[in-house]
Amino acid sequence: MTELRASLAVIAAVLRKDLAIEWRSRQLLASMLVFVLLVILIFNFALDLDARARAELSAGVLWATFAFAGTLGLNRSGAVEKDAGAMNSWLLTPVDYGTVYLGKTLANMVFMLVVALFSLPVYGVLYNVNLIQPGLLLVLALGSWGYSALGTLLAAMASQARSRELLLPVLVFPLLLPVLVSAVRASSLFLQGQPMAYIWPSLNLLIVYAVCMPVLGYLFFDFIVED
Amino acid sequence: MATKPSESKPFWLRVLDIASLVFMAVATWMVFFYAPREAVMGEVQRVFYFHVATGWVGMAAFIVAAIAGIVYLIRPNRKWDILAVAAVELGLVYGFLNVATGSIWARPAWNTWWTWDPRLVTASIMLLTFLAYLLLRQSIEDPDRRARFGAIYAILASLTVPLTYYSIRIWRTLHPVVIGSGDPNAEGGFAMTTPMLHTLLFSVLAFTVLGITLLWHLIRLGQLGDRVEQLRVKWMGN
Repeated sequence: MTELRASLAVIAAVLRKDLAIEWRSRQLLASMLVFVLLVILIFNFALDLDARARAELSAGVLWATFAFAGTLGLNRSGAVEKDAGAMNSWLLTPVDYGTVYLGKTLANMVFMLVVALFSLPVYGVLYNVNLIQPGLLLVLALGSWGYSALGTLLAAMASQARSRELLLPVLVFPLLLPVLVSAVRASSLFLQGQPMAYIWPSLNLLIVYAVCMPVLGYLFFDFIVED
Repeated sequence: MATKPSESKPFWLRVLDIASLVFMAVATWMVFFYAPREAVMGEVQRVFYFHVATGWVGMAAFIVAAIAGIVYLIRPNRKWDILAVAAVELGLVYGFLNVATGSIWARPAWNTWWTWDPRLVTASIMLLTFLAYLLLRQSIEDPDRRARFGAIYAILASLTVPLTYYSIRIWRTLHPVVIGSGDPNAEGGFAMTTPMLHTLLFSVLAFTVLGITLLWHLIRLGQLGDRVEQLRVKWMGN
């Protein structure tokens, strides 16, 4: 019981630390938000969206936007530890590195959700669709949790490699595609108001991913920090 | 599979070299002369035997890479890392052959080289993931860290293998499930006759033997590469 409490304390501390760093500069969130806004505008011109196409493509456009914006956050999440030499300090700390990983995953998820909650109404107003729906929010929560769980692990790896900013998307996107595919499917089915029977297969894959990925990340993070 | 390679080619590797040559020749003969002409699709159906065989060996190679990765994380020994890289390289070659043969078949059967079908998409995701594995390795200099990160990424990447395998069973798809039951609406499925089954099984065997032979060669290549690196460090300082 005390062990669990100690782990939770570490998770909370790491989360608080990442949020505090971001709160002081607000650099990351500002650039993510501007980026998202630009992508939404660009998609409008690039795809020449008419009213019908918009309704059909909303889910895809949104998730593509989040996925690209997410890598901005992930790159920073790895770099922040590496540049400040924090990874070396962890080696001196008597904590389970897995809990550090979970804390950072939560922080990344918070960033993604903030960006998403900002862009949903903006997208909704610009494209004239109602996106604030419980089903969509559920998909959003599951998807960004899965994304952060995978991304945080890979960002820690990429931060220790050459050309890390270039490497990270190459590592993340292929492994992320199952999440993106099912998130887009589930969101689009929710937006069309389809019955749950059609939505479950995609939702199931999202849930499996959201459960498995953090577990694997928790197990593997030790190997990334050591040495 | 010692880290220090033997100078001459091992006896059993020579045997495998010859065996794969013979098996591949027999498999090719069976595909063209033993297996009957498929009634609906005609000659192009013959590509199916190599398509299935390359797909199977490619997936198996990726699973081998993941297992080698797990073993490496438990017992860090260079030989597991060399095995993992060899298996990924083998899997990629077989995987691309699989996609290419599928494409050749799809052109007459589905009237297109490529379609965004779940099976095709998941198979290409699988290949891209393992390509990323090679890119990751290229950008890390420290051999221990390279092996460790490679092992982790290979394990994560191997999750795409069951996804690819089951994709034709999870989603509604165009891709036929010839073995076991699948979506009856799948385009281009057919029932196999006994000579067809023989040919399929034999070409799977032939490609497996060829795969093992190539894997062994790749492992030896990896060991020699390692040796070169060690000697360079020894004589040149870095």
